[in-house]
Amino acid sequence: MNTATVTTPLARYVVRLADDNLILGQRLAEYISEAPELEEDLAIGNLSLDHIGVAMHLYEYAATLGDSSTTADKLSFLRTEREFTNVLLVEQPHAGFGDVIARQFFFSAYQTLLWEALASSADTILAGISAKALKESTYHLRHAASWVVRLGDGTDESHDRMQAAIDSLWRFTGELFESDDLCAEMVISGAGTDPAALQVPWDTKVAAVLREATLTRPTDPYQATGGRTGMHTEHLGYMLAEMQWMQRTYPDMEW
Amino acid sequence: MQTTAGEVAFHELIDADEKIEPRDWMPDGYRKTLIRQIAQHAHSEVIGMQPEANWITRAPTLQRKMTLIAKVQDEAGHGLYLYSAAETLGISRDEMQQLLHEGKQKYSSIFNYPTLSWADMGTIGWLVDGAAIVNQIALQRTSYGPYARAMVKICKEESFHARQGYSILLALSRGTDEQRAMLQDSINRWWWPALMMFGPHDSDSANTPQSIEWKIKRVTNDELRQLYIDQTVPQAHYLGCTVPDPDLDFDVETGHWSIGAINWDEFWDTVKGNGRLNRERITHKVKAWDDGAWVRDAATAYAHKQQTKLEKTA
Repeated sequence: MNTATVTTPLARYVVRLADDNLILGQRLAEYISEAPELEEDLAIGNLSLDHIGVAMHLYEYAATLGDSSTTADKLSFLRTEREFTNVLLVEQPHAGFGDVIARQFFFSAYQTLLWEALASSADTILAGISAKALKESTYHLRHAASWVVRLGDGTDESHDRMQAAIDSLWRFTGELFESDDLCAEMVISGAGTDPAALQVPWDTKVAAVLREATLTRPTDPYQATGGRTGMHTEHLGYMLAEMQWMQRTYPDMEW
Repeated sequence: MQTTAGEVAFHELIDADEKIEPRDWMPDGYRKTLIRQIAQHAHSEVIGMQPEANWITRAPTLQRKMTLIAKVQDEAGHGLYLYSAAETLGISRDEMQQLLHEGKQKYSSIFNYPTLSWADMGTIGWLVDGAAIVNQIALQRTSYGPYARAMVKICKEESFHARQGYSILLALSRGTDEQRAMLQDSINRWWWPALMMFGPHDSDSANTPQSIEWKIKRVTNDELRQLYIDQTVPQAHYLGCTVPDPDLDFDVETGHWSIGAINWDEFWDTVKGNGRLNRERITHKVKAWDDGAWVRDAATAYAHKQQTKLEKTA
């Protein structure tokens, strides 16, 4: 029997939130020692640690729900691509600092709104995790937005590079606000929130930062989707292959 | 040659075991030696991020992954702290980085060895950080104030890293046959390079006598190495492991462990640039730096624009 699963709706919802954080934390971790300066290596490490830390708390909580016998590590290291329910944005690879910042900016702008809403969840444990995560993501957004502005309004080259990063990741932002049956159920129970309600404030925030950065808000109507149902881009499989390598190669051991 | 008042004051401070501070007069040789040593120390922290970052994405559990990220972050922090200490001697961080990229300043050779298994994350913490601690505890009493103070702060974090490393190894030692084999293989690969971290024998160490006289160095290479061997061999045995030295012997009378001959050819080859990963380490560093040029330029340009705006409105 696969013990890396959860069954209750609340647990599935919590795992979905956790997946976003683990996958982004892992992407950020890839970049450590490659940043433009030491201060940014430190900052990227912080971001990565925050996201993985939140993921661990959420997975641990999900593992206590229902009659599950799973653990945070099993959920992280023993599920396949089709079982991960993160949004596509966080699994996107980065070719450089501009991509790292654009991805973080879009995601943190969403996550500050999400945690703010979930901080008043009827589920007190989820509310507690969200309140702590809100403080972290507020810092993440400030950090990312300040780089969007500096790169957008820096040199001609940095303006072009930042615009290109914004343009290329824009198609993964719509998915952040997709609702589904699980969201609807969580809204009814009071544990969760409707992501669709976060889109307008997100757009306002993002547009303001882009304007300050002298960047153009993309208008590409194409929006990718599928992450929440495990229909990922091809990038996720490679990331999992690397991330899960130890647990797959040496199963059932203590580390 | 006439002795200046500054020179007299310098020697009085050294003799009295007090600290030399950035504004004090100091001999050129003292300044140069310190810049070389502190820059090398800072570079070691920064290059040392690479072999460990190599396993962050593959760490076996979430907790181990987070601990490893935090450790690599600490190293970046130590690098910053040490660059600042070196800057008090009149050289900039950018200049030091440039010298590193050109191979004109060095970093610890230990980081030219590859990390080939998860066990290496434990071994680096235990053996490599352990060796650094022995060295750095002695340096807490070094005569240059900013360097001594940096060492106090850094030693605390390094002790934490060494304990974390040992905890990884303890888990392996209590694990399966495969895990114990992974552990022993890792010790076999890192033991001798760790012993080389203390540098050449005192009889072959060109810099030692002058550095001892200036109290930059308080204990010699061989003395530190012996201290390290004596504390580390029992820890290896506690893990149920051996160290790869058929000549290892305990002298009951002196209470010291004695070791076989160190392969100094390997040491000097690595110092001279022909170690396992010398080229890869520098290439990675230079690439990150070059790839980031547009970002640093943008930050400077943006700051300049903001300054101009402020001046216009003032």
